[in-house]
Amino acid sequence: MRHRAVASFSVLVAAIAAFTFATHVAGQAPTPAAKPAPAAGKKYVAPRTPDGQPDLQGYWTNSTYVPLERPDRVTKTYYTEQEFAAVIKDAAAREAEQTEPGTVADVHYDFTQFGLDRSQSAFVKSDLRTSLIVDPANGKMPPLTAEGQKRNADRAAERRRLGATTDAVQNMPIGTRCLIMAGSGPPMMNAGYNSNYQIVQGQGYVMILVEMIHDARIIPLDGKQATLPETMRQWMGDSRGHWDGDTLVIETTNLNGKNPFRGSSERMKVTERLWRVDANTLGYRFTIDDPATWTQPWTAEAPMTKSVGPIFEHACHEGNYGVRNTLAGARLEEKKAAEAAAKKTSN
Amino acid sequence: MRRGLLAVGAVFVAAGVLVAAQQAAPYRAPRGPDGKANLNGIWQALNEGDWDIEGHSAAPGRVMALGAEDAVVPGVGIVEGGPLPYLPAAAAKKKANYEKRLTADPAIKCYLPGVPRAMYLPQPFQIIQSQKHIMMAFQYAGAIRTIYMDEHTPAPADSWMGWSNGHWEGDTLVVDTTGFNDLSWFDRAGNFHSDELHVVERITPASPDHLNYEATIDDKKVFSRPWKMSMTLYRRKEKGARLLEFRCVEFVEDLIYGGLRKK
Repeated sequence: MRHRAVASFSVLVAAIAAFTFATHVAGQAPTPAAKPAPAAGKKYVAPRTPDGQPDLQGYWTNSTYVPLERPDRVTKTYYTEQEFAAVIKDAAAREAEQTEPGTVADVHYDFTQFGLDRSQSAFVKSDLRTSLIVDPANGKMPPLTAEGQKRNADRAAERRRLGATTDAVQNMPIGTRCLIMAGSGPPMMNAGYNSNYQIVQGQGYVMILVEMIHDARIIPLDGKQATLPETMRQWMGDSRGHWDGDTLVIETTNLNGKNPFRGSSERMKVTERLWRVDANTLGYRFTIDDPATWTQPWTAEAPMTKSVGPIFEHACHEGNYGVRNTLAGARLEEKKAAEAAAKKTSN
Repeated sequence: MRRGLLAVGAVFVAAGVLVAAQQAAPYRAPRGPDGKANLNGIWQALNEGDWDIEGHSAAPGRVMALGAEDAVVPGVGIVEGGPLPYLPAAAAKKKANYEKRLTADPAIKCYLPGVPRAMYLPQPFQIIQSQKHIMMAFQYAGAIRTIYMDEHTPAPADSWMGWSNGHWEGDTLVVDTTGFNDLSWFDRAGNFHSDELHVVERITPASPDHLNYEATIDDKKVFSRPWKMSMTLYRRKEKGARLLEFRCVEFVEDLIYGGLRKK
């Protein structure tokens, strides 16, 4: 991580310059929103592993300023470069606010100082799209089903019933607890910082190491591994992969529903597609199919940019002083309040 | 005198022939697509090293309520020779660790297991082998080791799983790991190391379904000399063999933070 921070700073200037020449990379994807491939004329052919698979290996990041859903006030599919520059500037300013002295965010380690946030990343995709969602064409998630609406309401009610996040560790967000990060997937979504992945291809398996909490997704190819029965559920579900031409297709079911994606149910099926766009870009496209939650399947694209390694150990739970200090602080506040109340009564 | 030397020489020659005979026709592992020995697969140790890396008899467990299920499973140990060459202060610390093992074993808190303990936990791990990186993914706590095969660098900082540089010596994968913190243990019995730990592992295919595993442990702050452990790693062959999630943080939250819950 320290290495990455240093590397990020050293190429930051180049990256800022690169914004000027930004071309979006979604062009080669077979998508309704597709635009023609950028110039060049010759078709890029992915390198091969020694056993002939398309080679997706390396360090990648999906760090981006493009939101999943298109903002309400935006109606177009792509920003102009001037508009995009303004969007970046605003977003970077919001991230910098985390360092404002005296705020809760400021107590956290300084994202801007250590090259963790997107504004510090040389690898943030210079992507002019206004949303990651490409289908529906309006860039928004489709309407919720009645069941999906009820589940969201039930989950919110359950959270209220449990009490404040400072009451018990179980009330805290699962990322804070170091169980899993919301963006670790599937689908893999940028996490605001540390949105780094390492792909290694072994015989019959593709491994995607998510930097956040060292989560390794191990994807068996071509039925190499039996699928899990319906009754067995996991945080990251049960994934299987196959090659569709030069594209790796990963299908995942058997999620346990404890890390819902935008309100999804445990019946969600995620189909991800990963392919080489060019030497420095991986195409990444995912379709969410969850009829218990949305009235239709929906699809988003979040391309990955070549990053630099190595990925250092993210021992999240082992160093989780945040949870302990937050709970201890809340209990101390309660004790002080109780003492103050007792003193008032005795006076 | 001269005859004596000859006799000694003859013994050496004889010993050499014997060794050569024992090493005759060594097992040749299947090749991966890059021509190297193919270590891909799901592997697991079948020994009692996680209870105690040294030979040990059965003993009562740590939690009375768990009865026989928590009892120490006996094992002949995975340490070659013995006893472990602890320096005097370290021997005292090992004893103290043992006394407080119910609360002090880092694995009880779902912390990363460290190396070599990850290799003989009673849970499987998977090797995903490419030319540049050999990954070891462990079911326990989702621990990960990245073995760098062509970019050998010193550890950038200390970590639980260390920093591993690897190379091939014939069919043997040799992994040199440093950059450890001093927080993991070798087993539940309190055998431990410092941040000076240096582990050199030799992993050699012995059959399609067996790997010979050796680790040389060097830690000048804790041991008076390097020592070695060895064991067999077995391929998980049953239908449906795979890694599952053992995401154990959730299971230890009340143990770790329960005392801070709002009353």
